[in-house]
Amino acid sequence: MRETTYDPAHIEYVLRLGDNALILGQRLCEWSGHSALVEEDVAMANIALDYIGRARDLLTLACELDGGNQSEDDLAFKRDEEEFKNFLLCELPIGDFAWTIVRQVLLDTYHFHLYDQLQRSSDQKLATIAAKSIKESTSHLRHCSHWLTRLGDGTDESHRRVQDALNEQWRFTGELFAADAIDEFALAVGIGPDLSDLRERWHAQIASILHHATLTQPIDAPPVAGGRQGLHTEHMAGLLACMQSVQRAYPGLEW
Amino acid sequence: MATPSNVAIAELEEAFQQRIDREEKIEPKDWMPDAYRQNLIRQMSQHAHSEVVGQLPEGEWITRAPTLRRKAILLAKVQDEAGHGLYLYSATETLGVSREELTEQLLAGSAKYASIFNYPTLTWADVGAIGWLVDGAAIVNQISLCRTSYGPYARAMVRICKEESFHVRQGYEIMTVLARGSAEQRAMAQDALDRWWWPTLMMFGPHDTDSAHSGRSMRWKIKRQSNDELRQKFVDQSVAQAEFLGLAIPDKALKWNDTRNHFDFGEIDWDEFRAVLDGEGPCNHERMEARRKADEEARWIRGATLAYAEKERVRSSTGTES
Ligand SMILES: [Fe+2]
Ligand SMILES: [Fe+2]
Repeated sequence: MRETTYDPAHIEYVLRLGDNALILGQRLCEWSGHSALVEEDVAMANIALDYIGRARDLLTLACELDGGNQSEDDLAFKRDEEEFKNFLLCELPIGDFAWTIVRQVLLDTYHFHLYDQLQRSSDQKLATIAAKSIKESTSHLRHCSHWLTRLGDGTDESHRRVQDALNEQWRFTGELFAADAIDEFALAVGIGPDLSDLRERWHAQIASILHHATLTQPIDAPPVAGGRQGLHTEHMAGLLACMQSVQRAYPGLEW
Repeated sequence: MATPSNVAIAELEEAFQQRIDREEKIEPKDWMPDAYRQNLIRQMSQHAHSEVVGQLPEGEWITRAPTLRRKAILLAKVQDEAGHGLYLYSATETLGVSREELTEQLLAGSAKYASIFNYPTLTWADVGAIGWLVDGAAIVNQISLCRTSYGPYARAMVRICKEESFHVRQGYEIMTVLARGSAEQRAMAQDALDRWWWPTLMMFGPHDTDSAHSGRSMRWKIKRQSNDELRQKFVDQSVAQAEFLGLAIPDKALKWNDTRNHFDFGEIDWDEFRAVLDGEGPCNHERMEARRKADEEARWIRGATLAYAEKERVRSSTGTES
């Protein structure tokens, strides 16, 4: 049988996508039962389910590319913090409803444009995952940008809450478009999109969403980054300790 | 001597009871005795609150589920419970009471929710035990309620029952894996059964002889089977399920009775039952705190929603673009 070997950069590219979906999905799980409106318990769980499902598809693909010796659960539950390659924005705590809605708008807009492009990826399996993800991201974005409009253009208090969250999160958005060797490889072989093009699309849409929500786009500050090198915020250790607790306490068992 | 209006009411009540006896469903616009309405509001809102508060104990474990598949299943299960809460709130609203009022009653402590959700989830096996036992007990009760006399309640129950069987299956599957797993996992499963068994039996409420609302509820067919009948049904079905898992139900008095054709079982600790109902169970304070926090956030969100809707209304009436 012929062994197909994939470039480690290809595997890393898929792994990063999987980690973003997993860590954001993990955060969204925290809303269950705690949403202000029961309708939002249902809606947030929907979004979380999409992200967890996407993470499973992507991590499984990363395992396949890597020779199939590991499973999605090995990647989720057995890696150490520095091996996770998600954007820092994904791992920040859920905050209040305003905070969560702002983050979703920033990331769902990103994912909408990213997966739109990934539908044409030279990696067929990734393109298939993208075709499913784009539908999900479209509906997440519709839901969350409606909320952003209502909160931004609602009362003084709701406006202040979303504007504060936006100001606080803005410095984490630079990382979404900071291309490194992995992204350049992905672009060169047609796996992934051009991030500067993605950045333009994202900026244009975010500007229009913020305008509609009567919010002010923050001034670009020096970006905070490091997730893709495995250098995380202080919040990541707690997230992983929680997520991996059962597997770490009882290694090697079936559940 | 009866005044004319008393006579009229007595006639209406009699006609109402006849409809109930003919198994006709009562619908929101139909005349109904005020006590029937109040009884339904009490029971249905308690049921709705239970679905919503019921997200909390299992919700603790979504973030800690040991595999991604289990995480997704549990997330979907807890999401269903929120959905059940919504069906039941809207069904209760057909009786002329708003969700805000119902939530206020919950936060003020005048409306209850199922006492079972005041127990803590300590290990992953608790998620299995809750699905198997707590959802299992809920189904026994809810199947019976599919035939309740109030139309919107009965229809909500039919929808809910369809989803509940998935809840029990995922719980029992977790228990099966643990029971066939390592010694630690088996111990974890047994410990969960030990802790959840008696609180689950309490879910069916006091003995029929001590149940304040039972007689009238049965006559109005709001309840179709008594607390003790339903509890017996649950015990009977659970024994074989525990046996299949190789786990021991923590009740020395549990024994098949040939004459009754049912299992005999031990007495519930009714002091514990009352304490939990009175707000002094292990997690009552935490559950209410979580709901209060959610309600505080709901206030500013609702404020924003109303303000935005008002701005939109003004904009559309003055023709300005939004
Ligand atoms: Fe339910
Ligand atoms: Fe359930």
